[in-house]
Amino acid sequence: MQVAMTDAAVRLIATIAAAWALAPLPALALTAYVSNERDNSISVVDLDAMKTVRTIAVGQRPRGIMLTADGTSLLVCASDDDTIQIIDTRTLQIVGDLPSGPDPETFALPATGNPLFVSNENDNRVTVIDVPTRKVLAEIPTGVEPEGMAISPDGQTIVNTSETTNMAHFIDYATRKVVANVLVDPRPRVAQFKHDGSELWVSSELGGTVSVIDPVKHAVKTRISFDIRGLRAEAIQPVGIRFTKDDATAFVALGPANRVAVIDARTAKVASYLLVGQRVWQMAFTPDEKYLLTTNGLSNDISVIDVAALKVIKSIQVGRMPWGIVVSPQ
Amino acid sequence: MARNGISRRAACSLLLAGAAGRFAVSPARADDAVIRIGYIRSMARHPVISLLDAPPPDAGLAGATLAMDDNNTTGRLLGQSFDLIDVPVRKGTDITAVLARLAGEGVRLVLTDLPADGVLALAEAGRAQGMTIINLAAPDDSLRAADCRGNVIHVAPSRSMLADAVAQYLVWKKWTRWLLVLGSHPEDKLLAEAYRRAARRFGARIVQERVSEDTGGSRQTDTGLVQMQQQMPLLTQGAPDYDVLVAADENEVFAGYLPYRTWDARPVAGSAGLEPVTWDASSESWGGAQLQSRFVRQFHRRMMPLDMQAWTGARMIGEAASRSNSADGDKLVAFIKGTDFGVAAYKGQLLTLRDWDLQLRQPILLADGRTVVSISPQPGFLHQVTELDTLGVDRPETKCRLP
Repeated sequence: MQVAMTDAAVRLIATIAAAWALAPLPALALTAYVSNERDNSISVVDLDAMKTVRTIAVGQRPRGIMLTADGTSLLVCASDDDTIQIIDTRTLQIVGDLPSGPDPETFALPATGNPLFVSNENDNRVTVIDVPTRKVLAEIPTGVEPEGMAISPDGQTIVNTSETTNMAHFIDYATRKVVANVLVDPRPRVAQFKHDGSELWVSSELGGTVSVIDPVKHAVKTRISFDIRGLRAEAIQPVGIRFTKDDATAFVALGPANRVAVIDARTAKVASYLLVGQRVWQMAFTPDEKYLLTTNGLSNDISVIDVAALKVIKSIQVGRMPWGIVVSPQ
Repeated sequence: MARNGISRRAACSLLLAGAAGRFAVSPARADDAVIRIGYIRSMARHPVISLLDAPPPDAGLAGATLAMDDNNTTGRLLGQSFDLIDVPVRKGTDITAVLARLAGEGVRLVLTDLPADGVLALAEAGRAQGMTIINLAAPDDSLRAADCRGNVIHVAPSRSMLADAVAQYLVWKKWTRWLLVLGSHPEDKLLAEAYRRAARRFGARIVQERVSEDTGGSRQTDTGLVQMQQQMPLLTQGAPDYDVLVAADENEVFAGYLPYRTWDARPVAGSAGLEPVTWDASSESWGGAQLQSRFVRQFHRRMMPLDMQAWTGARMIGEAASRSNSADGDKLVAFIKGTDFGVAAYKGQLLTLRDWDLQLRQPILLADGRTVVSISPQPGFLHQVTELDTLGVDRPETKCRLP
């Protein structure tokens, strides 16, 4: 997709390009980008070397982070600056911003690359942004403290979770209206469709469960709960959810339980738990699904999980309170 | 509690007469099921030691208002609408008449931040109309024991919960030798008793107790600072060796003057220094940052503990309404008292209700006025059901017999 830039940003890029020789860039390596909520920065992690190679200063309280489909731009919700910043992945410079509405936390882009759906945590709404013109197309009221955003594989359904209303709100793409609200357990965080679109999974941080929702009937089919020997039930707080491309396996990050649950996604049964860093929230696969990376908010690192072996093989130090993570497609 | 922003001085002097202003009810949307919630709100105020602790006129009300906004945002999706009927009461207000008028307006659930005698009076008066009182502020253990009532739900933590929260932290720190300094008001004696119980339960030792008599006129004035600099060392001079001074001063007469003025160089906890609270304006964990942000934007001030207690009380009703999909007062109360109830309140876990005394289980923040120092229960204080029940009076010890 194309991201429009301001004139100033274009000039900035020209300036940067001139200085390129001085700045070795990790453009060729497999790269992960991590938003550090407490450091107002993005850590750039070289996944061949397995270490942080650059740190990009961004706006205040960076949380949601995403790459555009072509991998050329990194989008970051700078929540306390009420904006989404655009970072050029070649130069690692901020080249523009999007009118996100107040306190953007997370967002989602359809496969077409446009428009962008943003959850505005303080304003109980979802903002729809036309990326090329950077104009707000719609503001959709949902519940209290909108958080997770998901788009169905066919692009026709947008889902937003609200942390205090405790619902998954189904928004029709065409009409931009809320068509259904599904009550889930307390403090829903992340919503994720299976790749085949057959199920929507929603994690409830304080409920300690993942709700498996039928996206056609708008009904909870089953609830997955977790039981880890030696841990209080209250310490198990599901947040991030990722499915392998074949939808056979799901990984769920369990927050202060410091573990990622491995789930047979067909039966919704928990198979095992992997010990990672402290307060694990968000996760991202490498494009080949060889590795799953997790952000560990309290230990200021990311864990690298070998997906085939189901083993945690490495911790990589990043900035303070890592929140979100995305991996470059190349 | 100094930073709770509500008077306890008026606890024994609730005089009944007169009437409150007219009720303001915002119109509900057509076809919505309407849930009306009353808030009988004490306007009694007492002097505070720090200007920063002076309660604003909307102390508590702001928290309840925000919760009602939250309830209505959710309610809009479920065809439910929530109205808050705010009734500020002053010395001399006939609260039973206020309650009767609320009943006439269709109110079945009433929040109140009145002290214990007011809570009991409302509970008695409301029983016939099937009304349930939500106690936002009275910390008296008696309300959860001999004086417990089937139609009173306690959001406010009890004195024993607050004392246990402090005690666990001090024991975790291995500061187990306490100098207990209490005030001369009845509430101070009750709070001191809660600290004695906490010391016994968790293995601390009170090396000595001292009483700071409230002789009046000792608050900070033009010359008071000099007086305090002289008086606080005197109050704490010659104590047996101790690790930490624990102050029991609910009426804010002296405890606020203790930090940095004790004879020995010792930290202060309890009614000053490290204080047990339901909320602190600096709490940002577990999504707290967004609650603080919404609150400040709407009310142009920081969120105080009483605001959090009122927010929690009103949110409990909203949560019951959305989970039970009902606007019927009896069903809401039944849901809150049932096993499926839990409310999220930015404290990292769900808050649930103890069925033996209708006390809300909750973590207690320990704050120094700048940051949240710790949160109790502390690691290592174990419990067979929930670690939250290491705070306060547990099921086997309760003297409450609910009908």
